[in-house]
Amino acid sequence: MTLSFSNLLGSGKLFSIRGGIHPDDQKHLSSETAIETMPMPTLLRIPLQQHIGAPAEPVVAKDDIVKKGQLLAIGRGAVSAAIHAPTSGRVIAIGRFIAPHPSGLPVATITIRPDGKDEWCDLPAPLDLEEASPEEIADRVASSGIVGMGGATFPSSVKLNLRKRFSLQSLVINAAECEPYLTCDDRLLRERSDDVADGIAFMARALGVEDVIIAIESNKPAAIAAMKASAAKIPAKAQVVAVPTRYPMGSEKHLVQTLTGKETPSRGLTADIGIVVHNAATAYAIHRAVRFGEPLISRILTVSGRGITRPANIEVLVGTPIADIISHCGGLVDEPRRLLLGGPMMGQPIANVRAPVVKGTNGILALSESETRRDEVMPCIRCGSCVNVCPCGLTPLDLHSRIRNEELQGAVDIGLLDCVACGSCSYVCPSNIPLIQSFNYAKGKLTVQQRTKHRQEETKRLAQQREERMEKIAAAKREAMAKRKAEKEAKKKRDAEKKKLAAEAAEAADAPAKDEATPKPKPQTEAAEQ
Amino acid sequence: MSIQAVISGPHAHSMSSVTRVMLLVMVALFPATAFGLYRFGWPAINLFVITIVAAVLFEIACLSTAKRPIAKHVLDGSAVLTGWLVAMTLPPWAPWWIGVLGSGIAIVIGKHVYGGLGQNLFNPAMVARVMLLISFPLHMTTWVLPAPLGSAGAPSFLEGLEITFLGTGKFDAVSSASVLGHVSTELGRGLALDTILPKTFSYSQLALGQVSGSLGETSAVLILAGGLLLLATRTITWAIPVSILAMTALLATIFNFIDPARYPDAVFHLTSGALMLCAFFIATDYVTSPSTTAGQLIYGASTALLIFIIRTWASFPEGVGFAVLLMNACTPLIDHFVRPRVFGRNRSGKPLAVAAGDGK
Repeated sequence: MTLSFSNLLGSGKLFSIRGGIHPDDQKHLSSETAIETMPMPTLLRIPLQQHIGAPAEPVVAKDDIVKKGQLLAIGRGAVSAAIHAPTSGRVIAIGRFIAPHPSGLPVATITIRPDGKDEWCDLPAPLDLEEASPEEIADRVASSGIVGMGGATFPSSVKLNLRKRFSLQSLVINAAECEPYLTCDDRLLRERSDDVADGIAFMARALGVEDVIIAIESNKPAAIAAMKASAAKIPAKAQVVAVPTRYPMGSEKHLVQTLTGKETPSRGLTADIGIVVHNAATAYAIHRAVRFGEPLISRILTVSGRGITRPANIEVLVGTPIADIISHCGGLVDEPRRLLLGGPMMGQPIANVRAPVVKGTNGILALSESETRRDEVMPCIRCGSCVNVCPCGLTPLDLHSRIRNEELQGAVDIGLLDCVACGSCSYVCPSNIPLIQSFNYAKGKLTVQQRTKHRQEETKRLAQQREERMEKIAAAKREAMAKRKAEKEAKKKRDAEKKKLAAEAAEAADAPAKDEATPKPKPQTEAAEQ
Repeated sequence: MSIQAVISGPHAHSMSSVTRVMLLVMVALFPATAFGLYRFGWPAINLFVITIVAAVLFEIACLSTAKRPIAKHVLDGSAVLTGWLVAMTLPPWAPWWIGVLGSGIAIVIGKHVYGGLGQNLFNPAMVARVMLLISFPLHMTTWVLPAPLGSAGAPSFLEGLEITFLGTGKFDAVSSASVLGHVSTELGRGLALDTILPKTFSYSQLALGQVSGSLGETSAVLILAGGLLLLATRTITWAIPVSILAMTALLATIFNFIDPARYPDAVFHLTSGALMLCAFFIATDYVTSPSTTAGQLIYGASTALLIFIIRTWASFPEGVGFAVLLMNACTPLIDHFVRPRVFGRNRSGKPLAVAAGDGK
């Protein structure tokens, strides 16, 4: 099943990657509907953590009136992102609200009641491509709260600043969109390719690279054509490459290997081999930030699946409740078997439809019975399909059996931590084994174990230090005691000698002739001692 | 570890299933089986049905003893397939109890003693074949010349029941040695191949299965067709069949070149005995073969080597059963040592070095 290809597509030679699958992409459900905007929701719930890294720190208070684009919370620390008001209105609560996460646990959230005016605050001045310095561009991206919009939500400014630590050659724009159902990047490239190209030009300038590759899966010919026309406007050498339609082509390291033949070292970054990868939607957000000063307050997402009445691509404000978006799309056809945030391969179940969408939400899917996996799990029959499709060269069946036996270290030894959780193995498994669930369980457990181990080591270290300190104190005490004891004894001795001397002196007075020479030194010693 | 509710992706699935895999293998086996049943007539049909029914009954008995869900596992089709494969390897006119015993050995000792589906170390059908061959050498090597259904010498339905349940009796006259057995015996008598072979059969007969032999092994061409179907549907991968066939052909050609009078050529080896069945249906058993392509190549080539050694120099004329069992025992070892290279790491598992001029 290991298909290999080194076909010539687009303009450059492509390289083969290992494994991968061809899931039923179902993109036709929404690919022909143009991007639309939604009416203003009645409430916006804006979580303070929509990115990888530390949560943002609120700079507004309850009952503050905010304008559209106004800063709500600033990023804390090196890896964090600012958060802005998606519209004008009043901050009605700063508290905890259901997170867009399978746990549905509450997270710190700012709630805004829109005033309906949608009034912008004063925005920073536009930047000029020729004049802006790399620092200015990266700073603007940071202050606009832009994060990786493919779903990873890593703060983009941190990635734009990689030029300081690495010598970079190329910028790869990931528009593969390999997840089935999702069409938001496809629509974006088809409708706003000039804007995306402009964003890419700024990114290339910020990174200081002269070579740009825009990678689009071959199943999106319209997007490829549109992007080819717009790429000419990028000052750096930019080429649009149609990559084979194969999941997980959008996995950053695999995409880089397909395009350049270079393999990113395990546990490393693509920057290690001189390449930075950004998502196409991120490029669009950067275009808005540098050209108009607009922070990241909205995004395009796909609402699809057989369980949705009217599949669509919608530009929504960050913080819009999932339920509002679903009802905008005509509601659910039936009770869906799975309701997901993201694609069917790596997306996560929605615990509560009152949760908001965030910067990294690229899709809302309502999947019916026929679109989801069945529940029944059979024993592994060792067919090896998982080994054949794993793009990372792992042996998922072995990983699973080791994890089942709680041999976590054994699983790490055969590459558990190199798994990118793409789900290809679980997708092809005839026994329907939830392999990714098993791997996630093991990764989570390892993290807990490491934390516990770290804590134990810390405790041990502190206890040891305390012991040493106590030992020192005790030693000092013992020393002092010994000194005192010695002094006491010396005094005793002196007293005894004094007595003796006195007795001798008395004796000598009685018989002075008896030993004329001896008493002489004694008064001397006595004097010295005193 | 307990999995409460599935919350991790992927939420989509290829919709393949164990049942689907088993059914595909059965479909692929069908042409060769149907041909075998036609060629060997009613006794073969009786034996085939009895063996499969017995396999399913043994499966039910084991599952209920182990208190495992019966419907779920019987419907997965693995027991039917195991019974089917056991029947394929039996002499077509063997008595009923050979089939029942074969299924019992395969299902109980070969499979459930190890823990059921997916847990067995050895190929259940081969365990059954080898145990039967060693325990009942006479019954397991009594071959008959094909007498197709409806032909003059073929037993009727009632005569077929008589053969299967009461012994072969008056049909003794048609018994004949299998091709491999015949060649082995004649070579033992010091005859040269060029005098043995033309007397008994032609290559086209051998390939098409117009010779005596096991129920389902005789038609190399039809088995090959089934095997190609398995490859086309991606039920099996190319590595095991190709390595077995290529290695056998290579060894046969080399030795045939050294002494054509003593060592049969590649075509003879590929078309005779259970080799084709082994290459596509027996050695490719998922559970008992390595799961990586490199491992499968090692496994297939080694199996072929053992088959060739046993066929050529050992006392048994056919070596498929023994060779497969021996290599099954090596499978865990092969799987432990032969793994694909992990992305971003070198063969020894260390992260790749950053090439000079790149990155930092």
